[in-house]
Amino acid sequence: MTSAISLNHYLWISGLLFALGIAGIVMRRNLLVIFMALEMNLNAANLALIAFSKFNKLVDGQVLVFFIIAIAAAEVAVGLAIIVALFRRKQTVSVTDLNSMRL
Amino acid sequence: MNPVWIILFAPLVAAALITVATRRWQLVSALLSIAAIVTGFGLALQLYFALDHGAAPLAPAAFQWLVIGKVVTIEFGATLDHLSVLMLLVVTGVGSAIHIYSLGYMKGDAGFSRFFACLSLFTFSMLGIVLANNFIQIFIFWELVGVSSYLLIGFWFEKPSAAEAGKKAFLVNRIGDFGMMLGILLLWTQTGTFNFAELPAKIAGIPAGALSLIAALIFCGAVGKSAQFPLHVWLPDAMEGPTPVSALIHAATMVAAGVYMLCRVSFLILPSDTALHLIAWIGGITAVMAATIAIAQNDIKRILAYSTLSQLGYMVMAVGLGGPTQAMFHLTTHAFFKALLFLCAGSVIIALHHEQDIWKMGGLWKKTPVTFVTFLIGTVALAGVPPFSGFYSKDQILLLAFDHNKALFVIAVLTAVLTAYYMGREVFVVFFGKPRDQHAYDHAHESPLVMTLPLVFLAVLSVIAGWGDKLPEFIAGTIEHEAHHPALLTTGLICVPVIGFLLAAAIYLKREPSDAPVKRVLGPVWTLVANKYYFDEVYLWIVKYVQGTIATTCELFDRWILQRLGIGGLAFGTDLLGRTVRRLQTGSIPGYAFLFGLGVTVIIYYVVVR
Repeated sequence: MTSAISLNHYLWISGLLFALGIAGIVMRRNLLVIFMALEMNLNAANLALIAFSKFNKLVDGQVLVFFIIAIAAAEVAVGLAIIVALFRRKQTVSVTDLNSMRL
Repeated sequence: MNPVWIILFAPLVAAALITVATRRWQLVSALLSIAAIVTGFGLALQLYFALDHGAAPLAPAAFQWLVIGKVVTIEFGATLDHLSVLMLLVVTGVGSAIHIYSLGYMKGDAGFSRFFACLSLFTFSMLGIVLANNFIQIFIFWELVGVSSYLLIGFWFEKPSAAEAGKKAFLVNRIGDFGMMLGILLLWTQTGTFNFAELPAKIAGIPAGALSLIAALIFCGAVGKSAQFPLHVWLPDAMEGPTPVSALIHAATMVAAGVYMLCRVSFLILPSDTALHLIAWIGGITAVMAATIAIAQNDIKRILAYSTLSQLGYMVMAVGLGGPTQAMFHLTTHAFFKALLFLCAGSVIIALHHEQDIWKMGGLWKKTPVTFVTFLIGTVALAGVPPFSGFYSKDQILLLAFDHNKALFVIAVLTAVLTAYYMGREVFVVFFGKPRDQHAYDHAHESPLVMTLPLVFLAVLSVIAGWGDKLPEFIAGTIEHEAHHPALLTTGLICVPVIGFLLAAAIYLKREPSDAPVKRVLGPVWTLVANKYYFDEVYLWIVKYVQGTIATTCELFDRWILQRLGIGGLAFGTDLLGRTVRRLQTGSIPGYAFLFGLGVTVIIYYVVVR
C-alpha cells in the first residue's frame, strides 16, 4: 500500500486549522483565547509550508517555518505584554468591554 | 540722468520724503514740494526752447516694465514731442504758481504737510499721463491721478460733504475708466501693441466699425476725467476740496487730461467719422448745458466749476471737429485763466473768512484790489475779449465749428454769450455794488504777497498766451495759414462776449443786484437750471431703483440659491454621509476581525479563482 497520506490531506488539515483559528478570533471574547487562535493560524500556515516542502523536495518551506516560529515567539512576547498592560489598566481582557475607539 | 525722468520723479520723491520724514516740519514739507515742481518747470522750459529752436530733445530710452509671457510687453517710456512738452509746461508752470499760492492759502491748516504730499503725488501722476508712451502706462497714471484727486477732494475728510464728494468723483470716474480699459484691450486685440509710436501704422488694418467702437470706448475715459455730459456730475461737487486743488486739478490739469489724451491718440479718432461726431456733440452739449447751469449758481467756486465744464466741452468739441491743435491751444490758455480765476476766488474766500456765497459779498474791489484786477483779467480772458488769450483760442474753435458744423457753431456762440454773461454776473455781484454783509466786508483784507504774486504771474500769462499765434504753431509743429473767413464773421465774434457782458451789466451792475428780474423772465427754466437739470436727482433715482433692484435680486440669488442650496446643500450632504458611515465603527474587535477576514477571503477568491 502506498502512503495514503497525500499533499491534499495535509492541505485540508491546514485549511481546517486556519478556519478554526479565524472562527476563534471572531467568536471568542477573551483576548487571551483570541491570541491563542491567532497562533493556530500561524501554525496552520506552518503545516501547509512543511507539507509543500516535503512533497516538492525543497527546503525553502522548512526555512520559512523556522522564521515563522521565531517571529511567532517574538509576537507572543509583545502581544502578551500588551494584554497584561491592558488588563492592568482596564481590569478586563474581554473584547466586548474594549470599545473605547467606537465613535 | 535724463532731465525728463527728473521732471517726472522729483514730485514723487518729494511726496515720499514728506510722508516718511518731514511731516512734522510743515515749512520744510512745503518747500520740498515746491522745489520739486519748480525744478520740473525749469527743465520743462529748457525742453520747450530746445524744441522751439528745432532741436528735438532726446527722449530717454524706454525700459521694459512688465513682461507677460511672450505675448505682452509693456514699456515704461517717455514721449517727447510738441504736444507733451507744451503740456509739461502747463502742468509744471501752473502747478508751480498754485504750489506757492498754497503756502499762503493752507497756512495754519492741520494737514498742511499732508496737503503738499498729496499735491506732489498728483503732480507726479499728471506728468506720468503727459509723458506716457503707451496705453497701459497712460491708464495706470490715469488711475493714479484719480486716486490723488480723491485724496485732495476729500482733504477735509472730517466734513461729510467733502468725503462724499471725493467718493462721488472716484466712482463716477470709474465708469468712464472702465470704458477706456475696454477700448484699450479691444485695440490690443486688433493691433497687438499698446505703443503710441507703433500704433498709427497699424490703424489702417482695423475694420471701420471696430475702430469707431474703440475710439468711442477710449473717449469714455475722457468723458469721465474731463467731466463731459453725462458724467459731469462729479466736478461741481469736487469744489469741496481746498481752492488750490480746484485750481490745479479741477480746472487746469487733471480735467484737461481727457482732452490731452484725445489729442495724443487723435490718430485713432480722426479716421472715424462716427466717433468724431459723437465726440463733437458730447462736447457741444456739455458746453451749452454747463453754461446755462452756471448762470443760476450762487457759490463763487461752483460758477467757476460749471464754467470749467463748459470750456472743457469746447475743447472736446474741437477734437471732435478734427482740430486737436485748437483743442490744445484752448486747453493751454484755459489752464492759465481758469487757474487764475480759481486762485482769485480762493483769495476772496480767504479775505471773507471762508465765505463762498456770492450774495454775501459785494463791493470788494476796494478791499482786495489785486485780486479784483487779476480776477477781471481772468474774466475777460475767459469770455474771449481781444487781445486776451481766451479770445484767440476760443475764436479758433468757433471758426473750426463754423467750417465743419453749423449747428455746433450756433451752440458754441450761444455758449460764448452765456460765458460772458455768467462771468459778468459773478464779477458784478462779488466786486461791485453795496457790501451785503457789512461785518464780513469790514474785516475783509487783501491776501499776502505769497498768494498775490502767483495771481499776477498767471494774469500775465492769461494776457499774453494767445499773442502772435505762437502756441498753435508750436503745437502743430508747422505754420498753418488757415482759410480766410468773412470779415463780418470775425468781427461778429468779437462782439459776442460784449453782448454777454452788457446783458450782465444791465441786470447786475447795481447797488443792490438780485436774480429776481432774470427769475421773472425765465420762470420754470430758471428753476430747471438752478437745479442743474436734476441730473443728481435722476442719477440718485437710477442708483436707488435700477441698481437697487439688481442688487436685491443678486442678494436673493446669493442667499437662497448659492448659500442655502449650494453651500448649505453640500454641507448637509456631507453631514448625512458622515452620520451614516459612522455606524460602521462599532468598536467591536471581533466585528472588525470578521470584516477583515471576509475582505481577505474575497480578495483571495478574486485573485485565485478568477
